[in-house]
Amino acid sequence: MYEPTGTARVLVADDNVVDRKILSAIVEKAGYEVIDAVDGNDAVEKFYALKPDLVLLDALMPGKDGFEVAREIKANSGDAFVPIMFLTSLTGASELARCVEAGGDDFLSKPYNRVILQAKLSALHRMRDMHNTVQAQRDEISKHHLQLLSDQEAAKAVFDKVALSRQLEASNIKHMLSPLALFNGDVLLAAQNPARNLYILLGDFTGHGLAAAIGAMPLADVFYSMTGKGFSLTDIIRECNRKLGAVLPGGYFCCATALFIDFAKGTVEYWNGGLPSAYLRRHSSEDLVQLSSNNLPLGILGADKFVDETQVLEVAPGDRLFMATDGVIEARDSHGEYFGADRLENIIGQADISSVFDAVKREVHRFMAEQDRDDDITMVEVTIVEPADLDEIDPLTVSDDDYGPQDWKFSYELGPKSLKEFNPLPLLQQVMMEAPYLRSKASEIYTVMAELYSNALEHGVLGLDSDQKKSAEGFAQYYAARAAALENVVGFVRFEISGLLVDEQVELRICCTDSGSGFDFETYIRRAQEAQDTGAKYHGRGVRLLNDLCQEVQYLEPGNQVRVLMEWNLKAGEEAS
Amino acid sequence: MTISAEMDEAASKLTIAVDGRFDFSAHKEFRQSYDSLSSKPSTYSIDMGQANYIDSSALGMLLLLRDHAGGDQASVEIVNCSSDVKKILTISNFDQLFLIQ
Repeated sequence: MYEPTGTARVLVADDNVVDRKILSAIVEKAGYEVIDAVDGNDAVEKFYALKPDLVLLDALMPGKDGFEVAREIKANSGDAFVPIMFLTSLTGASELARCVEAGGDDFLSKPYNRVILQAKLSALHRMRDMHNTVQAQRDEISKHHLQLLSDQEAAKAVFDKVALSRQLEASNIKHMLSPLALFNGDVLLAAQNPARNLYILLGDFTGHGLAAAIGAMPLADVFYSMTGKGFSLTDIIRECNRKLGAVLPGGYFCCATALFIDFAKGTVEYWNGGLPSAYLRRHSSEDLVQLSSNNLPLGILGADKFVDETQVLEVAPGDRLFMATDGVIEARDSHGEYFGADRLENIIGQADISSVFDAVKREVHRFMAEQDRDDDITMVEVTIVEPADLDEIDPLTVSDDDYGPQDWKFSYELGPKSLKEFNPLPLLQQVMMEAPYLRSKASEIYTVMAELYSNALEHGVLGLDSDQKKSAEGFAQYYAARAAALENVVGFVRFEISGLLVDEQVELRICCTDSGSGFDFETYIRRAQEAQDTGAKYHGRGVRLLNDLCQEVQYLEPGNQVRVLMEWNLKAGEEAS
Repeated sequence: MTISAEMDEAASKLTIAVDGRFDFSAHKEFRQSYDSLSSKPSTYSIDMGQANYIDSSALGMLLLLRDHAGGDQASVEIVNCSSDVKKILTISNFDQLFLIQ
């Protein structure tokens, strides 16, 4: 910060010896230190050499005249402000104007009036002090600003390493996220579970700047570690809520929408806490479904009050899901009018389905016109595709140095309380993945396990009828019935899993038994086969999936036990790839 | 934006009125309006009659007030909301935490 110096130094330039002596005496008496200059050239030299704080210039001097000296001084003082006062016997208005044009800050007519001269000197001196203070503050601010920008860059680089997912580059995902979105509190996370189903979380933290960005890191951390292990959406949002509640200061929270898209089953499960509605635009009809907020944002409620209930919708290839933070509906035009939810809904509902995302982007930009506030716009669109059309984004790698456990088996049984509250798949997956040679098939194994478990639980233990899922309404009812039945569940589901590795040949056997009364699997299998032949879409997807992924699928009477075998050769896999 | 607070000692009720944009700039004033009272009121009322905009920082401030007033046991009402303000409170489901009128 600038501090005024003790004695200011004044350059006095006048070729008339007498005038100069008089002037110097007055200036000295006023408490300044005087530097004498005998003409224009001398003045310029002394200005460079001695750097005075103020300059008094006779306008008319031999060699360089006052005007030239003033111009040179002003041109070479850079950011510093060196006040110049002209001393002149000229009195015409146009001549005095010339003094100011040349860079003079004031002028004084000869003969000098001591009182006026001293007053003017002190005014100029004050001006210089003020200028220096402002400049020092400006430098300080710009230094802080640079520091802030570089801090933000560093914070963002760290965040990107933790949170940026290549998953967003998949061909069925379009997204818009400004590089500084993090500092507007916007977060977009995407990941696949081991079965290549997609989780997306769009979040908007309270406030702006560093405070808004700070919660993004723990959120991303929880999200990625849990999605990778295949936890359910319910488990993930519950943990995100707990974590944010624990780390965020009071008054800070995160509005969020989380989706889980199961491409094989054709379902999207969602939870929205505090974000504007997301939309599902169906390919086959005019329907526009709103995925609206039914919950408080993440990080507000304690675990005992938090509602993790999700909704499930049925989707088909070609359907599109659209989500945005409030930056879109709160975008403003030059009159301060808001873009608004209605306008957004109209565009999503009416644009050509293949260009919904681009239409929204275009219309928001057009609406904002010159109001360049792109920083606040975060949006994402996911197209539902056939599982086979999903991009393989992060191929799982096998290390073949270490085979790990080569002959093992374990059994794991879930009683009623566990069935009600616990998802065993991440745990079982993790145990199996201890065998490195299983990792290349992680996705298939998870899919098989998920299929076996949901069949055993829903049809075996809970006794739900999958025929109900034939219609769209029945579909919703089915999931409601499932939730209700789980409340009072009795029974068990048991897995017996064994792995064997002999001469590069892998054998994985899974036996799944439930406490249900079994089912007429022969008829069911036949119907699934027929459905496949006729292309009917609601039936027996699960049965077909198992047949596709396993070498053997065996149902045991009365139908409450399924045994599957997955086998492959590690060498064969290598040669093929 | 201005915040004004009025204490009704008899009813033990503090009314905080928000005028203009309710955003981060109101942070300090809003907190002072309830933080520095000699006796703690039993109910709080936030008058949004003159508020034309609220953002998420304001929602955060409301949460802080609620915590100050006793969390789940607090009695905090938000009254005279314009439709825009109400919409923002509703999207965030703040009606689960506050009595909104």
